[in-house]
Amino acid sequence: MTFDRTRLGFIALVAAGLVAPYLIYPVFLMKGLCFALFACAFNLLLGYTGLLSFGHAAFFGSAAYLSGHVIKELGVPPEVGILIGTLLGLGLGLIFGSLAIRRQGIYFAMITLALAQMVFFLCLQIKETGGEDGLQGIPRGRLFGAIDLSDTLTMYYFVLAVFLIGFFFIYRVVHSPFGQVLKAIRENEPRAISLGYDTDRFKLIAFVLSAGLSGLAGATKALVFQLASLTDVHWQMSGEVVLMALVGGVGTIYGPLAGAFIIVTMQNYLSGFGSWVTIIMGCVFVACVLLFRKGVVGELSGLLTRR
Amino acid sequence: MNMEYILETRGLVKEFKGFTAVAGVDLKVRRGSIHALIGPNGAGKTTVFNLLTKFLEPTRGAIVYRGQDITWRRPAQVARMGLVRSFQISAVFPHLSVRDNVRVALQRASGKSFHFWRSERSLDGLNDRVMALLDEVDLRSFADVVTVELPYGRKRALELATTLAVDPELLLLDEPTSGMGHEDVGRVTELIRRVAQQRTVLMVEHNLSLVANLSDRITVLQHGSVLAEGSYAEISSNPQVMEAYMGNAA
Ligand SMILES: Nc1ncnc2c1ncn2[C@@H]1O[C@H](COP(=O)(O)OP(=O)(O)O)[C@@H](O)[C@H]1O
Ligand SMILES: [Mg+2]
Repeated sequence: MTFDRTRLGFIALVAAGLVAPYLIYPVFLMKGLCFALFACAFNLLLGYTGLLSFGHAAFFGSAAYLSGHVIKELGVPPEVGILIGTLLGLGLGLIFGSLAIRRQGIYFAMITLALAQMVFFLCLQIKETGGEDGLQGIPRGRLFGAIDLSDTLTMYYFVLAVFLIGFFFIYRVVHSPFGQVLKAIRENEPRAISLGYDTDRFKLIAFVLSAGLSGLAGATKALVFQLASLTDVHWQMSGEVVLMALVGGVGTIYGPLAGAFIIVTMQNYLSGFGSWVTIIMGCVFVACVLLFRKGVVGELSGLLTRR
Repeated sequence: MNMEYILETRGLVKEFKGFTAVAGVDLKVRRGSIHALIGPNGAGKTTVFNLLTKFLEPTRGAIVYRGQDITWRRPAQVARMGLVRSFQISAVFPHLSVRDNVRVALQRASGKSFHFWRSERSLDGLNDRVMALLDEVDLRSFADVVTVELPYGRKRALELATTLAVDPELLLLDEPTSGMGHEDVGRVTELIRRVAQQRTVLMVEHNLSLVANLSDRITVLQHGSVLAEGSYAEISSNPQVMEAYMGNAA
């Protein structure tokens, strides 16, 4: 029965993704999907492993820069560029993870933040990133040398495919034997150790997977907007992804997806308020955390199961 | 390799910033026995457990398990060698189902635990074992319950089933009956007796009638040192032990 419900959810998700661009502005949808993938990747750590990283912008942003660079300057095809961005995410994740994974709680968050700041300053210094201007005019090119991505609708379906691959991959990880151990670590790490699990290795693998998927999201985003900028590696981006996961519902499969779209929508509608956006978002965030302790999706599914 | 004793400590010391919680403990646990570690609160019993299972590093001293020096091993490593502990405060995975609590322990031996690309249905082969273990602690009918919703005594029973799932050779139980009602205590006593038939058990326990009932040998700890050791009869007639206990319990 739960299996059927899961499958129904997936079918609804794919169907919604397919028809959405006929109802909603596709560029907005693509932005939402990129951030949704980013938030889902982040949630693999916070929601299913119990690790709060405050440095995920480093994976997202540096992948955006690198894939943008290799596509624009070296002329590699878009799919290769995105793959290279993903690999950078994985590699950086391995470095960050190796340095941070032994730390607990707030110390873990602080080390990931510090490392991400180093990446930020690196991006600020080197000239390939274009400094304050960012890396502009990244050509979308032809997918597999055949499909022209400059067409918005084509690009949308490509982004949807990337998102769905990432989303189902995360679902698989969460519901795998490995995912069971992750949840055990989240629930009670000393107990998992006492059952013979080298929890640091599990956490490190989860971290690297999450970083790689964040890289995938960042690289895709760079292709959508044909732009990679300092915003993508800034610590506020790390904060935003925490926000998306929390608002939508940490530790739920659909929560980060909902959270990402809520935040992106708010940013769009509130952009007229200028610098007030941050304050309004902060208030909404506080209200959300107070009203929906388990996030929007967490509360909704709570209501549904109680029926 | 000494076959008679499965576990030995030599001059085990643990200091916390100048405070000596364990002060030179020599402990010998005979293979196949039920050995009790008793003593007033703060005597250092849990600290000894933490040292044995490597959750803490000793300041001095050595730990020998199955003839091997394990003093500097990692905690997960000694667990995989069959030296498995339970915790004084019930240690379960609260938001997993009762079934998944046991299965996540069983799955380690299956070698699939790093398989992040496979469905968890690849673990279905373990389900019969899970149910058999739940039967051992009368939890079969709770298999699908989320563990937070179990009453305390049931959680402790589940913890025991989970511990047994990793098939330990030496079982360290830290106050297995603390916080339990009467009927639960009886059930756990029988369970410990049953599981000890193929294993060695070292337990910390305050319920002295249970200790008298089960243990082959008893070590009394006070202020981090061994005060006395022997059978229940020997211990209970030892005037120093009487004083330590009366002085504390009264
Ligand atoms: N991590 C720690 N840091 C400082 N003191 C500790 C720590 N763990 C235990 N102690 C102290 O060591 C002593 C022994 O504690 P414990 O081993 O828990 O006793 P028991 O289990 O016999 O009741 C107590 O005085 C306790 O306060
Ligand atoms: Mg204790």
